[in-house]
Amino acid sequence: MDQGLCGRAGKLVTNKTRVYNFKMAVSESVRARKVFVHPVVLFSIVDGFERRSEDAKRVIGTLLGSVDKTSVEIRSCFGVPHNESEDEVAIELEYAKSMFELHKKSHPNDEIVGWYATGSDVTEHSLLIHEYYSRETSNPVHVTVDTTLKGSRMGVRAYQSCKMGVPGKTEGTIFSPIPCEVILTGPERVGVNWLQRTKNTAKQSISPLSDMQHVNSASERLLEMLGTVVAYVDEVLAGKVPGNNSVGRELMDLVTSVPRMSQEDFESILNSNMQDLLMIVYLSGLCKTQISLGEKLATVL
Amino acid sequence: MAERGSSSQSGNSSSSGSTSRIDSVQVDGLVVLKIIKHCQDERQAGDLVQGVLLGLIQNNKLEITNCFPFPSTKAGEDDDEDDVNYQMEMMRRLRAVNVDHLHVGWYQSTYLGSFVNKTLLDSQFSYQSSIEESVVLIYDPLKTSQGMLSLKVFRLSDKMMTMYKEADFNAEKLAKSGLSFEAMFEEIPLVIRNSSLINSLLCEVEVLSPHTQTDEFLSLSTGSYLGKNVRLLMESVDELCQDANKFNNHLRNVARQQQQKEAYTQRRQAENATRHNRGEPPLPDEDLSKIFKPLQSPSRLDYLLLSQQVNTYSKQVNQFSTHSFGKLFLAQALQGNDK
Repeated sequence: MDQGLCGRAGKLVTNKTRVYNFKMAVSESVRARKVFVHPVVLFSIVDGFERRSEDAKRVIGTLLGSVDKTSVEIRSCFGVPHNESEDEVAIELEYAKSMFELHKKSHPNDEIVGWYATGSDVTEHSLLIHEYYSRETSNPVHVTVDTTLKGSRMGVRAYQSCKMGVPGKTEGTIFSPIPCEVILTGPERVGVNWLQRTKNTAKQSISPLSDMQHVNSASERLLEMLGTVVAYVDEVLAGKVPGNNSVGRELMDLVTSVPRMSQEDFESILNSNMQDLLMIVYLSGLCKTQISLGEKLATVL
Repeated sequence: MAERGSSSQSGNSSSSGSTSRIDSVQVDGLVVLKIIKHCQDERQAGDLVQGVLLGLIQNNKLEITNCFPFPSTKAGEDDDEDDVNYQMEMMRRLRAVNVDHLHVGWYQSTYLGSFVNKTLLDSQFSYQSSIEESVVLIYDPLKTSQGMLSLKVFRLSDKMMTMYKEADFNAEKLAKSGLSFEAMFEEIPLVIRNSSLINSLLCEVEVLSPHTQTDEFLSLSTGSYLGKNVRLLMESVDELCQDANKFNNHLRNVARQQQQKEAYTQRRQAENATRHNRGEPPLPDEDLSKIFKPLQSPSRLDYLLLSQQVNTYSKQVNQFSTHSFGKLFLAQALQGNDK
């Protein structure tokens, strides 16, 4: 940002093209930032939208997370009730403040980093709300989630505002887009993958898979992927598709990652593993039998 | 609140009369992610995390549509009132944005399924006695990080509720009620639901972070997980053993007392007989129970809990072994085709 501000002082000119350049420079420096969103935030936003009041066209709320030099991480959020009419917008600031304090209690590390709204556009009212959030934190992020599904997808966009125009005269604000990425930690990834399955069911609900079904589906997927690879290799060998060196290298890595060992070694490792497992199954079965027996005896006596 | 002493174990028998029977639980995807995130945030602390579940009840189905975490308790244990205020405040706020504000239970994380204990029982009892339908949702972060989301929903069974209300867990009562350790908690089947909008969001998430397919759980290493599990199992069995010893001691003491009592009465009778022969009046009757105080029967609650815990561990080990076998056979096939 510093660089941008310097540029602004230096280029105090009315020349139209120069102003244009200047605008580019600012948005360039903003662009360097990245927004990482955890999926739970998006889920909350959509859930909030589904629960909106009858007359509300969109919902807004506060985004919480942390900011470092190059990126903004959005970890959670909460909705804030608001009212929008033709020429006026009212947010319940008191609500936002107390909700933030409550949130602070359970997540002491989260700070306000910006705000969200549903819808595909940044509206005029957004500017007013954005100004409020600028007072809460410097350079807030504005995230929009397109719940109207324009272009048949739910676009998630992030913006930051920057001033543009002639200093001293009328100044405008532009919302310049920032690249936005969904970031997943290990368990979150598992959770999301699991939830993905609801897309393909008619009832929109799923029951949890057992461990065995899990292995089953994973091996099916493995087979499918291997099939793709084999088909590709066959096509390259037949000369239908030009070979790609980097793909070749990856394939080589893949092949070499399978450990080479003799049949006997492998058998012995496998067998010892199986025996371990069998023993433990036997032991746990024994425990179970023992306690059931204990209970039966207790009731008989 | 209606007295629920009916011995309905089958689940359907009382569904006609009372609406309190919950036979399925539906959890929103949002709740799943929120719990996962809460656990993730607090993992550094290493403690168990807890929170409140919000939702609504529809016929026999409990819908959990939102949740919020309890603040971590490291600030001090004495701020009970603060906690209550926090909860009330949070629920009021959420109500303002049209979130279901019915308190339908609570969630807790667990380490390898070691959740069957007195604390859980106490909390769930107080929940169920104030809100009949409430459930506890158990989330296992370790298993989840291995690639298998583990969520389970439990309630105390009716029998357990009545037993616990009387707070008397001696052996005879237990035998009379026929409460087995397996019937203490009832697990309720869980389904996960996402709305259509959420489903379309999921499509978008897939685009925004493409590398979502991980098969970490196909890893063949079994040692550490099994090791930990078996260690826990061993600990519980040890404790169970101690408890059994305690109970045995008690039985032995009771038997000894019985013997002493009999010996005493025999002696008395013999003495009375000799006195009668000598023409003296018999000794005055003494209250036997004063001389031999009835022994306090130890509570069998620990036994119940420990048994159930052992049962849980065994089940867990079994499940883990089953899928490990699957993976091993998979590896075998892979290695076999390699040549």
